Amino acid sequence: MDITFLLQLIINGLVVGSIYALVATGFVIIYKASSALNLAQGEFLMVGAYICLNLLSKYNLPFWQAILITFAFSAILGILIERLILRPLIGSHLISVIMVTLGLSSILKALVQLAYGTDTIPFPEVFPSAPVQIGPIPVSQGYLYAIGCVTILVTVLTMFFKYSKTGVAMRATASSQQVALTMGISVKKMFAISWAISAIVSAVGGILLGTIRGGIDMSLSFMGLKVLPVVILGGLDSILGAIVGGVIIGVLENLSGGYVDPLVGGGAKEVAPYIALILILMFKPYGLFGKKKIERV
Amino acid sequence: MRCGDFKTSYSADMTIFESNSARVMLGLFLCLLFSLPLYTPGYLLDIVNRIGIAVIGAIGLNILTGFTGQISLGNAAFMAIGAFSSGYFGTKFGMPFYLCIPLAGLTTAFFGMFVGIPSLRIKGLYLAMATLAAHFIVEFLIVKWESVTGGVAGLSIPAPKLGSFAFDTDVRLFFLIFVITVMAVLFAKNLFRTKVGKAFVAIRDQAISAEVMGVNILKYKLLSFGISSFYVGVAGALMAYQAKIISPETFPVTVAIDYLGMIIIGGLGSILGSIYGAVFITLLPELLRLSTSALAGSFPLLVAKLAAMKELIFGLIVVIFILFEPAGMASRWHSIKSYWKLYPFSH
Repeated sequence: MDITFLLQLIINGLVVGSIYALVATGFVIIYKASSALNLAQGEFLMVGAYICLNLLSKYNLPFWQAILITFAFSAILGILIERLILRPLIGSHLISVIMVTLGLSSILKALVQLAYGTDTIPFPEVFPSAPVQIGPIPVSQGYLYAIGCVTILVTVLTMFFKYSKTGVAMRATASSQQVALTMGISVKKMFAISWAISAIVSAVGGILLGTIRGGIDMSLSFMGLKVLPVVILGGLDSILGAIVGGVIIGVLENLSGGYVDPLVGGGAKEVAPYIALILILMFKPYGLFGKKKIERV
Repeated sequence: MRCGDFKTSYSADMTIFESNSARVMLGLFLCLLFSLPLYTPGYLLDIVNRIGIAVIGAIGLNILTGFTGQISLGNAAFMAIGAFSSGYFGTKFGMPFYLCIPLAGLTTAFFGMFVGIPSLRIKGLYLAMATLAAHFIVEFLIVKWESVTGGVAGLSIPAPKLGSFAFDTDVRLFFLIFVITVMAVLFAKNLFRTKVGKAFVAIRDQAISAEVMGVNILKYKLLSFGISSFYVGVAGALMAYQAKIISPETFPVTVAIDYLGMIIIGGLGSILGSIYGAVFITLLPELLRLSTSALAGSFPLLVAKLAAMKELIFGLIVVIFILFEPAGMASRWHSIKSYWKLYPFSH
């Protein structure tokens, strides 16, 4: 076996996986706070990437300004969606929530398509792309920056949940809404904040994907479905699980792309995460770090 | 004047036709339906045929999701299995369509029950994800299993034949499709007057109570998956006959979302609702196409944006229905009817 090839695959997997981890974190934040399954997560990512691209290439803003405006836009988008669409559905049946987020994903996809068309648009180079040599293998600098960004963001999020007042209030809401209410926490506000954070985190994922791939198109929204195996593997209500799961699924995807695809003639890379999903549901339905709810009917 | 619900017996509550005039109305509707080919041009009849197929598929999904409460995102995959198995039996073994269609239904039912096995352990959103995963796995298998499915190129389906009579035009297919559609509606309507259908509803409403009342949950969940997939498989087989060429791209995951949209807009847990939803969602792109081609002179850009417009309006309608009329068109229709029945003394 060619060890360089294997390492190359693993590094690619780590990079893609770290972005999966980001999007999955966004997914888990919403699920933890409000038990809503957001199937429009991939569209948040796509919208964020397109907005940032627009700011960079059309208005020629410096990168940090573009990022800040994108964050503000994503946060407003998340809060609006929570306020207008998800809040009236609190307490309603699961299928309503699933379907409303699917409808939302249709709307966001259609709006992006109306505004930008379906062609791939090149993404301006934000990070230097010249490869650096790590041991025997060349690695694109963009990859390293991406992993760095994800690490920083995850650390910031962890600190936020651990030490800030809002973060603690959000954790309280996740563990028991009633107790949180009696402690004077506005649960509705926490829901809104969780959607805002989730949208921002996804936007970061979108921007990173854009810089790594060098261009963005509608297929970015597919990320939202890719992330489902990740959250199932990690456990739906665990941020740590989302990160670990993201990396595992990313590496698994690239390994099966490298070793199984030549045998079956392509396609294994795309389907491997879903096979993993089924296996996880069969043997460990609450994932690696998820809270177990025992219910036997 | 009727001003309330005066049912005094169980059979009165279960009856399909509340009065003789309802019977007459249905009879008139069926006459109108089956005389459609007389005065409908070919292109419109093609849409009507697609509506008929969508009705079967939507009822199938509603049996599983609306009546039994098991959310399935794998509808498109089940449909693909129905279409490809019917095509396989037809082209490889030369079976006639009246064997192909039920066999396609049975194959899909078998597969659906297989997917349904984990439903005893996992439920709700976990099941939704499992069925979504099943969709991608089936899609992969269809592309790879070339000896059966023809791979990426797909299968070309010969027109169904009865003796020397071939259902090769839209008019002929219309009768084939709508005879099956009417049978499907009738069976579904009656299913929920039987023990089996009531067990489904009991599982949806409160699984634990159902189990206590003696409903064997696994058995009935699997049965629901089976019946639902049978419907969807038949719809897939008919779709294959109508489309004449099927490939893995005929059944993307958006088809499953469209079908979920149908039963949400029409009404979860309502046979009539499935029909409304199927009609509505199938007509939506056609109406859009008509209106954009009318406006094409003044707004040439609109035509290029048709697909996006369709998706936008679909999403908006789904969201609006869930927020403002979660019980769907069926319930809206019911409340309009009862409003006029009691008019002007609504209280």
